[in-house]
Amino acid sequence: MTVINATSIDEVVTALREYPAARLLQGGTDVMVEVNLNRTGVGDVIALRRVSELRRWHVDDESRIMRLGAGVPYAELERSPLCDLLPALAEAARTVGSPQIRAAGSLGGNLGTCSPAGDGLPVLSACDAVVHLQGSTGSRDVSIHDFMLGVKRNARRPDELITAVSIPLTRGFQGYAKVGTRNAMVISVASACLVHDSEGGSVRLAFGAVAPTVVRARVAESWLADALSLRGPLAVTPRIAQEFGRRAAMECAPIDDHRSTAAYRRHAVAVLAERLLLRAASSNASGGDAR
Amino acid sequence: MTPSASTTTRTNTGTATTSRGVLGTSALRPDGLPKVQGRFAFSSDAWADNMLWGATLRSPHPHAAIRSIDVSGALAINGVSAVITADDVPGQLTYGLIASDQPVFARDVVRYAGEPVAAVAADHPETARRALAAIRVEYEVLRPLVDAEDAIAGSFPAIHPDGNVIRRQRVIRGDQNFTGEVVVEGTYEIGMQDQAFLGLEAALALPDDDGGGIELFVATQWLHEDQKQIAACLNLPTSNVRLTLGGVGGAFGGREDISLQVHCCLLALKTGRPIKMQYGREESFFGHIHRHPARIFMRHHADRDGTLRRVEARVVLDGGAYASTSSAVLINAVTHMQGPYTCDIATVDGYAVRSNNPPCGAMRGFGVVQACFAHESQMDKLAAACGMDPVEIRLKNAMTTGDKLITGQVMESVAPVERCIRETAALPLPSALAETPDVLALPGGSGLTARTSNIKRGIGWGVSMKNLMYSEGFDDYATARCRLADGVVTLQFATAEVGQGFVVLAQQIARSVLGVDTVLLEPISTAIGSAGSTSASRQTWMSGGAVDGACRVVRERLFEHVAAVHNIDSLRLAINGTDVVDTMGALRISVATASRDLVLDETFEHHHRATEELDENGQGNCHVAFAFVAHRAVVDVDTELGLVKVVQVATAQDVGRVLNPLAALGQVEGGIAQGLGLAVMEEIVLVDGKMRNPSFTDYLLPTALDAPDVVVSMIEEPEPQAPLGAKGIGEPPCISVTPAIVAAIRDATGKDLARVPVRPQDIVFG
Repeated sequence: MTVINATSIDEVVTALREYPAARLLQGGTDVMVEVNLNRTGVGDVIALRRVSELRRWHVDDESRIMRLGAGVPYAELERSPLCDLLPALAEAARTVGSPQIRAAGSLGGNLGTCSPAGDGLPVLSACDAVVHLQGSTGSRDVSIHDFMLGVKRNARRPDELITAVSIPLTRGFQGYAKVGTRNAMVISVASACLVHDSEGGSVRLAFGAVAPTVVRARVAESWLADALSLRGPLAVTPRIAQEFGRRAAMECAPIDDHRSTAAYRRHAVAVLAERLLLRAASSNASGGDAR
Repeated sequence: MTPSASTTTRTNTGTATTSRGVLGTSALRPDGLPKVQGRFAFSSDAWADNMLWGATLRSPHPHAAIRSIDVSGALAINGVSAVITADDVPGQLTYGLIASDQPVFARDVVRYAGEPVAAVAADHPETARRALAAIRVEYEVLRPLVDAEDAIAGSFPAIHPDGNVIRRQRVIRGDQNFTGEVVVEGTYEIGMQDQAFLGLEAALALPDDDGGGIELFVATQWLHEDQKQIAACLNLPTSNVRLTLGGVGGAFGGREDISLQVHCCLLALKTGRPIKMQYGREESFFGHIHRHPARIFMRHHADRDGTLRRVEARVVLDGGAYASTSSAVLINAVTHMQGPYTCDIATVDGYAVRSNNPPCGAMRGFGVVQACFAHESQMDKLAAACGMDPVEIRLKNAMTTGDKLITGQVMESVAPVERCIRETAALPLPSALAETPDVLALPGGSGLTARTSNIKRGIGWGVSMKNLMYSEGFDDYATARCRLADGVVTLQFATAEVGQGFVVLAQQIARSVLGVDTVLLEPISTAIGSAGSTSASRQTWMSGGAVDGACRVVRERLFEHVAAVHNIDSLRLAINGTDVVDTMGALRISVATASRDLVLDETFEHHHRATEELDENGQGNCHVAFAFVAHRAVVDVDTELGLVKVVQVATAQDVGRVLNPLAALGQVEGGIAQGLGLAVMEEIVLVDGKMRNPSFTDYLLPTALDAPDVVVSMIEEPEPQAPLGAKGIGEPPCISVTPAIVAAIRDATGKDLARVPVRPQDIVFG
C-alpha cells in the first residue's frame, strides 16, 4: 500500500500513471465507507487534500461561466458567495449528509462515484455542466450528459483526474428538491433540479435516483417550450405544471429497492417537477421564491 | 437556522446546582461531563499490553447445512494466533437467556444470515479480516423459513430440535360467546426495529496466568447473567469468570443476550493473551437481537355508548432463529392486549415462533409496543364507530386501581390513567402552521420538497400500560453495598449503567439517607451479588431499593453508635441536612464527625413481591406492577408526497415520584424519539431472511430535524409498593407515542395505515 500526498494536479497525474489502480481520496466520504465495510481493499491511495488547485473557483466575466474546482467542499457551496451564484447547487449541497460530511465531501466525489443518487449530479445535468479531466496525455472536457454512463460508471479514464466542472451562470429561477424518508441526512429516494434560463428561454429539468444515471426530462422540456414562452417570467398555470410533471415522470426508469418503490419514485418526481415549475413561476412573479 | 427539539416541562429542572444533589434534584451525573467532552472510556476504548484482536466469521445464508470448515488457510497467515469453531467450545455448546438454544458457533447448520461460524485472533484487525476471508466453509443452502405463519401451520420442517413454535400462550376470560353492540376489527403489522445503541459491542478478555479463569470487561446489561452463561460455555466455575462493566453507550434491550462475550473469552483462553473484540456498525446489526416484528389481529366489542366489553386478539411474533427472550416478550404482548382500559372479557391467542430471520428479543417496551399499536389503533376505530372522539372513549374506559386485568390479576399499582389523559389534553397545542414557515420545519425538511398548500395537520392519541420488573415468578432481586467511613460513603453494586443514570441516582439516595456529600462508586462488577438486568424499567425500583436499603441499615448502625456515645435512645436520632440530630434534644453533630474512626459496611438485597406463572388460559398474578402514560401527537403531513413532520408530542406520564427531573426528562424525550422512529422510519428490511439495510445510511434514525417539540407533565402519585415511591420510567415514553403519531397521520390523511413504520408510499397509495 502506497499513499501519495500530491500537492498539484501535475503530481496527481504523474502518480496516476505510476499507480493506475490507485484510489483517489478527496473527502473520503465514499471511499472510507467502502473500506470500513470491507467492500474494497486498502490499496494504493493518491490523496488530494493538499492539491489546493482543486478547491479554487472563478467566474469568467465575459462568458459568465463558473469554473468550480472538483474539491470545493459542499460546505462552501452552501454558503455565500457561491450560494448566490448557483442557488440550486447550494440547495443540493445542504442536503448532503451532515455538516461534517459536507465539510469533507465535494462534487469531484459525486462525479467520481457517479451514483444515480449523487445529490449534486441533477444540478450539473440541469445546468448543462462540463466536466474537466486531466490525464497524462492532456486534458479533455466532457459534457455531464456524456460523462455519466451508468450506475457507478463514468467516462473518466483510469489515468485521469476530475479537476473541475464548468457551469454556465444563468438568470432566472433554479431550484432543487429531494425526497427522503427522514427530514435531513438521508440518501435520496428521488430528487429533481429545475433551471429556468429566462434570457436563453429554456427550462431544464433533471432527476436523480430514478434511473441508472441522472436523467434529463427532455421530452417534457420541449413540451413546455411548445406550451408557453420561456423567455422572461413564466406564465405557468397549475394545469400546465401538473402536466409537465406527469410527462417528465414518464422519462425516468425507477426501481424497487429497500429505500422505496418504483411506483412511489415515479409519483414523487412528477410532484417535484410540478412544484419546482410552480416555484419558478412564482419566483418570476414576485421576484422571490415563494413556496 | 435548524430548529431543534425544544422542551418545556411542568416539573422543575432548575434546582440542580443549588442543592447537595439529594433525591428530587437534577443532580449532575458523574459520567456526564466526560461523555460530552469525549473523555469517557467506552468498552471499545479498552486496551491491554500484548493484546490480540478477535473477529467473527458469519454465515452469509439464512439457512444452510455446513458440510465442512477448513481453517488451515487462516492459520497459515502470519500474525494469526488462533482460529476457533464449535469444536473448540469446552463446555456447553449453546447459550440463551431463557432456553439455551443458541450455539456459540454453528456446527452442522446455520439458522440465520449472520450466525457466527468461527472466530480468529490476530495481531491486527486487518490481519484478522484476512484470516476470516481465508476460512473455507462449504455450505449446502437450504430453503429458509421466513413466514411466521408457516411455523404455526407446521408446514415447514423443524429448523431447530426445539421446534418452530417457541411458545404459545392464550388469555381466556369471561363469556367467550359475547358479541358487542359495536364491533370493530383490524390486522396490524409492526416492522423489525433495531435498538441502534451508539456504543457498539466491545469487550476485552484477560486470561488468568494458569488458564483457569478469565476477566472480562464488557458492555452489557446484566453482568451476572452473562457470567453464568459464559462460565457454562467455558466449562469454568462461575467464580472464575469475573466481569467488570466497560463503558456502555446505550442498550435498549440489545445487550441482554450474549454477543461476543463467549468468543472473546475462548480466544483469550486459547491464546493465553488478552483479546479485544469490537463490532462495527454493520456487524452490530447481525450481532444482537432486534424487536420482534409482529402481526396482530384484533376485534373489539363495545356497548353503543363506547363501554369496552371484550377484546379478541391473535398475536404472532417472529422470534427469528433462536429463542432469546421471545417467550417473555410474548406473555407481555398477550397480557397487555386490553391496554389501560377496563375490560372483562378476553380471547387472546399468541404465538412466538422460530424462523430463519435474525433472532429477536428484548427491546424497550418488550412486547407491549406491538400490543399497544394494535389496541390503540382499535380504540380510534371504536371511537369512530361509536361517534365519540378519541379522548372521550379513552376516558370512558380508563382503568383504575382495583380493576381486574384480563389475566385475573388485580391492578394494585397506582393507576392514574384518567389523569394521564386529562393532563395531556390540557397541555398547550403547538401554534398553527405559519404563513411563511421555516422550510426546514416542514415535512421533507432540508429536501425543500414542501408546498404549504399540500400540508395537512393531524392530531392523534395513544395511551399505554406497561409492566415493571420481571414477571411469571422470576425473582430478579438487586444487591447493593454501602460503606460509611469518615463522612464518606462508598457504594458498590453490579447494576449496569447503560446511560440511564443509575450512577447519579445511587449517589442521590446515599446523600438523602445518610446526610453525606461525597459518595464514591466502586467499579461495577461481579465482585458483589447480582443487581438483575438493566431492563424492564426496573433499576430505579430494584437497585434503587437495594442502595436505599443498604444506606438505611448503615444509618441505623450510625445512630446506634451515636446513641451509645451520648447515652440516648437511637430512635430519637435523625438526619437533618448533613447532621445527625436529636429530635428530642439539642444534640447536633455532623455525619462526618459522627462517623470518624468508624467503618460501617452493609450489604442489602431488594426483592420485589412474588409473582406467578400464567395457567393455560393465561390467568395468574404474573406481573409485579404497572406504569401508565398518555401521548398526544401533532403532525404535519405533505399528503401528496407522503412525508411527515412530527410537530409536537405532549405527554403526561405516571412516574410515581420524580427523583431527578433532568434525568426523567431525558428518558421521556429519548423514548419519544425512539417511538417516533418506529412510527415513521426505523425498520430492518428483510428479503428472504437477508437484511437489506444493515447500516445507518439506510436504517434511518430520527435526526434533530425529525425530533418533535416535547411538552411534559410528570404525574407524581407515589407508588406504595416502590421503595422510593418512584416507578420505572424508561419504557413507557416509547410505547404509546408510536400509535399516537400514526393516529395523527391518519387524522391528516384519512388513510388506514395499519402498519409501522408508515412509509411515504403507504400514505400516497394506501
